[in-house]
Amino acid sequence: MSLTLFARGNTLASSREQLRRLAATGSCAPFEVKMAAAGLTPLKATGVSVFQINVGKFCNQSCRHCHVDAGPDRIEQMSRETAQLCMRALADTDIATVDITGGAPELNANFRWLVEQARALGRHVMDRCNLSVLLLRPQADLAEFLARHQVEVVASLPYYRESQTDAQRGEGVFGKSLEALKLLNRLSYGVPDSGLILNLVHNPAGAFLPARQEALEAQFRRELSRHHGIVFNRLYTITNMPISRYLDFLIESGNYEAYMERLANAFNPAAAAAVMCRHTISVGWDGTLYDCDFNQMLDLPVESSAPRHIKDFDAARLHHRRIVMANHCYGCTAGSGSSCGGATA
Amino acid sequence: METYYHPKDLAKFSDMSKGNPQLWDKFMAYYGAVFAEGALTEREKALIALAVAHAVQCPYCIDAYTQACLEKGSNAEEMTEAVHVTCAIRGGASLVHGVQMRNVVNQLSM
Repeated sequence: MSLTLFARGNTLASSREQLRRLAATGSCAPFEVKMAAAGLTPLKATGVSVFQINVGKFCNQSCRHCHVDAGPDRIEQMSRETAQLCMRALADTDIATVDITGGAPELNANFRWLVEQARALGRHVMDRCNLSVLLLRPQADLAEFLARHQVEVVASLPYYRESQTDAQRGEGVFGKSLEALKLLNRLSYGVPDSGLILNLVHNPAGAFLPARQEALEAQFRRELSRHHGIVFNRLYTITNMPISRYLDFLIESGNYEAYMERLANAFNPAAAAAVMCRHTISVGWDGTLYDCDFNQMLDLPVESSAPRHIKDFDAARLHHRRIVMANHCYGCTAGSGSSCGGATA
Repeated sequence: METYYHPKDLAKFSDMSKGNPQLWDKFMAYYGAVFAEGALTEREKALIALAVAHAVQCPYCIDAYTQACLEKGSNAEEMTEAVHVTCAIRGGASLVHGVQMRNVVNQLSM
């Protein structure tokens, strides 16, 4: 298992250093300039339909591309008090979807409480799951818990073959992922008309863009069914953001400038107009509010005129906020676009 | 190191439009249509292009279609097999010309 940037004492563990590297990119125009040329500035939110909660950076894995720099050594965790503030804020809105992420969100002591509360409020709940967490001995009943509460599982599986998956997520992860997917299938996750949604997430295992979502989904479906008897609902293709550990990979492998140029050359105005931050609010483990999980990891909170902490949550004041942008945003606007729900254009 | 093929020159490909824009436009329209999804998928076409790139030994095409194959969802194992297809056809093409050699030998020999 590779170490987090934090554990390695890598300078890129600092969001300030990441932003400095992104701002100094020579192979593309500043993102705001590109957006202005496309007539998309100032970019404003269009409402909030997804309430994303990042409950912390602790994870049982430490994947090479992780934008959170999550891992077993990270201790940042959302407290019950902050979780309660989240549910209080949610209850005052009609936001339909709660998207819980991390780290491995299930390893937060308040995860199950959050699920129960959000479901009691009648909201759709998504769990961004690394799959291997379902096999941990203390989590033996986790899959049944998710099924009982009809939680949508959004599971990371970068590829349908071992070599690419383990190269990105760590040795042995592919085997564990298959075991966990079979467990979910046995509970009817991913089975048509079961009501239990199992969506997979593909991130490229290298310095290139993801394949077209529809085509890759067909490949995944064919290969996982043929070789492993696994079924799922949808595949989401997500472009790797040039931040945190993936940024470190790009720089160390000599691919950084070429990757940024690739993203900028593939800038798609339709994808840029449909970015997820326009209808998402992202809550950090300490309650700070962000436009998205990527801005969260770069310590770029929502604009200063909007409420910046969950204790001050005010949906009306967040609905039309100006989105905070930097060069990493090219990751969401390239090609078919990218979001936590896959392609956008 | 000085080299005849500069990777950055691929970005100058469109300079070829300057001599005859009409022919360039026709070529690019044709090129785009060839690689669009059809009876073959975009992924399959990219794998064929990768194999052909190795047959014609074009470094620009090898760079471009290696990246394209990855971005169409292919993996290194599939791409390696595609290059072996190139190798088999190129090698086989040489070997099958041995029939000509044997024809001549038979013609000349007692």
